Amino acid sequence: MTVADFVFTNAPALLVAIPLFAAFLCPVIGKISSMVRNLWVMGMMLITAAVAFILAFRVFATGPVLYVFGAAAANLAIPLDSGGIPIRIIFTVDAMSAFMDIICAIVGISVLLYSLSSESRNSSLEGYYTLFFLMIAGVFGMVSTGDFFNFFVFLEILSLASAGMIAYRIDGGLAVEAALKYFILSTLGAIFVLFAIGIYYGQYNALNIAMIAQRMQFTMLDKIALVLLVAALAMKCGAVPLHFWTPDAYSMAPSSVTAFLVVASQASLYGLFRVVFTMYNITMNCVTVGWIIIIFGVLSMVVGVTMAIPQKDIKRLMAYHAVSQTGYMLLGVGVGLAVLGNTTLTSAFGFMAMEGGLFHIFNHAMYKGLLFLTAGAIFYRIGTRDLNKMGGLGHTMKYTMIFFIIGALSIAGIPPFNGFASKLMIYESVYLFNPLLAIIAMVVSILTLASFVKVFHSVFMGPKLPEYADVKEAPLPMLIGMGILAAIVILFGLFPQPVVDMLVAPAAHALADQGGYIASVLGGA
Amino acid sequence: MLWNLPFITVVVLTFIGLVTVLLKKNIIKILLGINILESAVNLFIVALGYREGGVAPIFTLAPSELMVLPTPQALVLTSIVIGVATSALVLSFAMVLQKKYGTVDIDKIRRLHG
Repeated sequence: MTVADFVFTNAPALLVAIPLFAAFLCPVIGKISSMVRNLWVMGMMLITAAVAFILAFRVFATGPVLYVFGAAAANLAIPLDSGGIPIRIIFTVDAMSAFMDIICAIVGISVLLYSLSSESRNSSLEGYYTLFFLMIAGVFGMVSTGDFFNFFVFLEILSLASAGMIAYRIDGGLAVEAALKYFILSTLGAIFVLFAIGIYYGQYNALNIAMIAQRMQFTMLDKIALVLLVAALAMKCGAVPLHFWTPDAYSMAPSSVTAFLVVASQASLYGLFRVVFTMYNITMNCVTVGWIIIIFGVLSMVVGVTMAIPQKDIKRLMAYHAVSQTGYMLLGVGVGLAVLGNTTLTSAFGFMAMEGGLFHIFNHAMYKGLLFLTAGAIFYRIGTRDLNKMGGLGHTMKYTMIFFIIGALSIAGIPPFNGFASKLMIYESVYLFNPLLAIIAMVVSILTLASFVKVFHSVFMGPKLPEYADVKEAPLPMLIGMGILAAIVILFGLFPQPVVDMLVAPAAHALADQGGYIASVLGGA
Repeated sequence: MLWNLPFITVVVLTFIGLVTVLLKKNIIKILLGINILESAVNLFIVALGYREGGVAPIFTLAPSELMVLPTPQALVLTSIVIGVATSALVLSFAMVLQKKYGTVDIDKIRRLHG
């Protein structure tokens, strides 16, 4: 068997194995020299991303890919002597998972390139890269796994690594304070998830998501489990009213890490969608749960943007905008969920709303990552995050300014950037569902624009300040990292339709199609 | 009633854990609350797998009798290991905060706001 065949068959397992391998060898390799270590982390990240793209290509070409750990064949989900029960740990990568894999791979590459120079002034970088690869393994594991307990394990790996990363720059204790807040909430959330797993196991004797979905009765206990899971995962993705960790954690983490924390939050968002769509689907009251998610979304949009406007710390401001943008995703997908039981409405605008919400996940990861990276570049050069102390940087940091403009216009939903493409889909479909919600979404978008105009003006415009007279442009690796994301922002803004057709629509259909997910694991049962 | 005793214990432990996490101000005590909650969940999962009069689920040379379920025990083992990592991380945060702020009272650790 050639290497290509091996990678092709074992891609889901390699997706988690390679980052773990890279993470734990990093301290050893760092002993040789920092140059070798940089080559090692970059090489490993490129290999991981390549595997993710190969896997995604395979999923979009031929349908869901199974990987059964320890079985004779990779797709032998049900052992012959088990009586029709999938007893092993199974990775189930369908179009939705592949969609998230692509996001994680792209952001991972840019962030790693960026951190090669943004972190180069710090010592003990081995720990930084180890934690970074653990985060990547956590995200890939969460979005690929088909086993609910396994989901919990990767959730905890991600939380531990993220908390370590947030506290990485201790910053007189401030970063540790933020990390403590994030981590205690995450741990409580994870305990809720484990409780829910216990409830499912007690009722259905299964841990496999497809098996639980097939046997789902929606008893009183399932309702309790649903509440626990929605609360825990909505908290982890930073939706209002459980958002208070977001601004602290996002502003205190190193900027490169913040860009990846956005993806980490979206992995929890993926978990939330997986639970409501794949495990419960129409056995529950979709209208009620859909409206709960819509209300979370609207609250996040409004509270996020109103809290962002008065902020003086540039990263704290962007963090509140991240909360606000999460609201759009929840709104879009929530509308899709609310009409799920009704076939006419679903085909009229339900799918479009879901596609808009999912497309916004992709776009948000790109432009928000870009914005956090530009904030990091500014911090790298001038050493402050206080907007009142900045000014006139447009004279010296031209490329950073251009990248900032691209990101800011995209988050405000201005054509031709990708934020516009997904927001338009959300407005159009949500307007058919409930005009008021669409109007709120548009108003929030305008406020976002206002807020970013203010930031742009106070950071880049105005005369050159004497204290920043010798500020230089950000180093090249940082510019390349930002450039990758900026290129995708523009590309997806100019040509949204092929992307929607190729990536987003399959993901939305895979999410809504509970029967297809069950059949891909249990074989048409 | 007696066979429900583990589940009653789970409810009591959950309640104690939640109250500790929500009301205590000392980071170490909050961590203890989290640990109590973790024990509650672990007990819950292990109790689900118990079968009256079952033997340990070791297949080699096992008598062909009723066995307790092995999966919950594996789950709890994993969860305990994760719990250790959690405790270690929170304790190290507490150490750094004690050094930098001179306190582990969360009411006094409030420099981030806005």
